[in-house]
Amino acid sequence: MRFVTVSGPPAVGKTAVIIKTLEHIQGEGHKVGVVKFDCLATEDDVLYRKRGIPVRKGLAGALCPDHYFVSNVEECVQWGLATGLDMLVSESAGLCNRCSPHIRGVLAVCVIDNLSGTDAPRKIGPMLKAADVVVITKGDIVSQAEREVFAARVRMVNPQASILHVNGITGQGSYELGTLWSGTRETATVEGLKLRFSMPAALCSYCLGETRIGADYQLGNVRKMDLDLPTGAKTDGGPGGEP
Amino acid sequence: MSADLGGMTVETVLGRWPFAAQFLQEKGLANVLDRPDTALDVVVDPTVLQDMAAFIAEMEAFLGSGEEPVRELTIKGGRAKDGSPEPVAELTARAGEVLCIVGPTGSGKSRLLADIEWVARGDTPTGRHVLINGEVPDNRWRGGSGMHLVAQLSQNMNFVMDLSVRDFLSLHAESRQAPEPLEKIERIATWANELAGEPFAMDTPITSLSGGQSRALMIADIAVLSASPVVLIDEIENAGIDRRQALDILIQQEKIVLMATHDPILALMGDRRVVIGGGAMTKVIAPSAGERANLVELKALDARLMELRRRLRAGEVLDQI
Repeated sequence: MRFVTVSGPPAVGKTAVIIKTLEHIQGEGHKVGVVKFDCLATEDDVLYRKRGIPVRKGLAGALCPDHYFVSNVEECVQWGLATGLDMLVSESAGLCNRCSPHIRGVLAVCVIDNLSGTDAPRKIGPMLKAADVVVITKGDIVSQAEREVFAARVRMVNPQASILHVNGITGQGSYELGTLWSGTRETATVEGLKLRFSMPAALCSYCLGETRIGADYQLGNVRKMDLDLPTGAKTDGGPGGEP
Repeated sequence: MSADLGGMTVETVLGRWPFAAQFLQEKGLANVLDRPDTALDVVVDPTVLQDMAAFIAEMEAFLGSGEEPVRELTIKGGRAKDGSPEPVAELTARAGEVLCIVGPTGSGKSRLLADIEWVARGDTPTGRHVLINGEVPDNRWRGGSGMHLVAQLSQNMNFVMDLSVRDFLSLHAESRQAPEPLEKIERIATWANELAGEPFAMDTPITSLSGGQSRALMIADIAVLSASPVVLIDEIENAGIDRRQALDILIQQEKIVLMATHDPILALMGDRRVVIGGGAMTKVIAPSAGERANLVELKALDARLMELRRRLRAGEVLDQI
């Protein structure tokens, strides 16, 4: 089974790109499936199912979405194999821009859109930087110059990736993207493989459900901003030092 | 290459590849620029060095594309949707030529364009092959170095960046690493103002330009700064822009212009028309002398219509046309 990890910021058109691309691969007689990772809610599984694409969804809920992804990805691969898929695609949103689900040895695709601003490629971080293929969407509504500037910014962050323009509505470019997906190697398990980039560090009191604000409640992996506060400023009790 | 790169001094690297400065700044390593005599591997760690080598290689490929211009593009016919051989077995478009593409929705216009963009090698649903300068081109046109064969312009496109015309053009010129950027920016603005007829200032935000001004700026910018040798135009609106001059600007810059249009005037401005149907190129029509003569007639009709529009706008009554 071929396995592809697709990531990208919310609302760039990941689902549309995946559907258009998988339709071509389905059309060639291959069985395709998707695992959709999200935080709180998603209806995208309905969109996949409508097109006859078997889908499983995972909602991270209170957990860090990427930690949740990496804790479940091997089971997802095994589900794909048990379902008899020829290709499995994982879709996950990089909700904090520090996220990256990409695995060494597994084709890594990052989807971003032309509307996200020229600084976006720099802000997105490891899911873009460590991708093999960068898909840029919504090119049909901005000028050629803006597309070129945006693509140049992407190239600056990730000089090695193939950059493809795909239209999620008409599907233009999705056939071509599909050829890159089909050309990737077989994956029987991701057990023992490594992430391309470490996950965001966690484990402070807030990870464990703390909701109160203040230095007294902050335990574990906590880091403070350097705000250059005047000496003697209260940082744990507000102005006047009210308890 | 990263090994060699590491041994060079910062000054040598920047002298050879000036764009490397931009890369270092992007990586938050601007301070490296202040140490020209230091070997690069002393100040830059190995992973960044590797990325830098890749970036330089890509940029060289990207900039080097100017050395061998795309003089012609050949499409070798494949098959129609029903599997029959494509009636037009071969079509070659040359730099400076305008090819119009006509055919109803769903006839395969988008697929034809996608085949060109992907430089098809019999590996798309149509089985077409696309050659550049008569040869099978290498992979760099497939997005590998961020190079794209086709620049696009359609009526749905808008500027979305919050920048003035000047800053916007500077940004584009910088991202293209264009030589003589100031001259290019001036030229784009001058041409765009000629095309639009309704001049705009360099400090106008691009998002406040009128429809005609935006289109004019997009066209002049594609002509001067776009890296793509092929320009695909999806109609040009018949208001606020001199369409003949717009095409001339692109032709002068040796672009291959493909124009999807059902506007008779635009269609007759083309050197040839490709008719698409059933997923295939069915016919190539070169406008006859009769058609060319009719273009004069059509333009006169168009001018009359425009005049009526002007009168309407001025609050006149159209009982006498």
